Amino acid sequence: MAADKVDPIHQFHIVKLIPINIGGYDLSFTNSALFMVATVAIASAFLYLSTSSRSLIPGRLQSVSEMAYEFVANMLRDAAGTQGMKFFPFVFSLFMFVLVANLLGLFPYFFTITSHIIVTFGLAALVIGTVIVYGFMKHGLGFLKLFVPKGVPILMMVLVVPIEVISFVSRPVSLSVRLFANMLAGHITLKVFSGFVVSLSALGALGVAGSVLPLAMAVALTALELLVALLQAYVFAVLTCMYLNDALHPSH
Amino acid sequence: MADKNGPDGTGETGRGSKHEADVRDEDLERRRRELGASLATRRPDRLEGNDGAKATAGYGQALKLSSEFIAGIVVGVGIGWFLDRVAGTSPWGLVVGLLLGFGAGVLNVLRSAGVVAEFGKSEKSRDPKE
Repeated sequence: MAADKVDPIHQFHIVKLIPINIGGYDLSFTNSALFMVATVAIASAFLYLSTSSRSLIPGRLQSVSEMAYEFVANMLRDAAGTQGMKFFPFVFSLFMFVLVANLLGLFPYFFTITSHIIVTFGLAALVIGTVIVYGFMKHGLGFLKLFVPKGVPILMMVLVVPIEVISFVSRPVSLSVRLFANMLAGHITLKVFSGFVVSLSALGALGVAGSVLPLAMAVALTALELLVALLQAYVFAVLTCMYLNDALHPSH
Repeated sequence: MADKNGPDGTGETGRGSKHEADVRDEDLERRRRELGASLATRRPDRLEGNDGAKATAGYGQALKLSSEFIAGIVVGVGIGWFLDRVAGTSPWGLVVGLLLGFGAGVLNVLRSAGVVAEFGKSEKSRDPKE
């Protein structure tokens, strides 16, 4: 039990809540799935309930939803122009999902879904898939101009185009790795410092006195984690806007 | 939305107050324009505030740049390795993929640091937007 308490990785374990097995595939309802459902439910419920009164002069909660709406709308308009607003529901959903998932993960004993790379990679693949599909739908093969920088000699194209292609493919990877690494590293650090408090206070009176230091650190880290949770949701959304801009305007 | 608290609802109660309603509409319009103007002067501050919050997290910047670099190399090596497996050209795909991936990683870092133009754009078309 004591070893279990100071294991900083334990919080990321996937636990099957309802085992489901269909056609040899493991489709169990896990704690990760539970928190995804909770994230969607909380985000939708918050937005629905806070805007249900629809008063001209918003109350506190309605203000928060309107700020979130305007924040994402301005971000998208700045990055992709007014044409980009057709992607607003997509970007706003992504932003709210990542934001609520990050914030939920800050609660003790809660599971952080964005600390698993497969979840963040799934989101990033959705973004880049949208960019590719929409880019080809709108511009046809002209979308490939994205990979051909202007003013480069033909001879250099052999080298430059593969580099541009790799750079494009690496975008969802870096997008997902960034979110996942931030959440994972933050939660591990938090857990390690909290673990110090437990193991130090087991050492007697001197230990209890000494455990004040990691406790203060854990409090400070929690504040930092709150900032990181907000910042990463913002970064994810702003990069999504930039990538969508490429789909809308592949060449200038 | 407007029927609850909106001032327009009072203007339609009768003909007698029509003139008054016009005056109030004009007044409202003027106040709305003034509010828009004062909001416009405040808005750049708010946007800069966002950038400031982003810049203060130097830790975030470091993670961003390193993840861009690593992603480039990982994807380059992955593509090279995959081509090797499919075409049986081992180890040349891996070698070329690693080198190209390194190039893409450097490009990613420079791009996210704002030194190199974005995808498919020249420096000139990018500047007015900034």
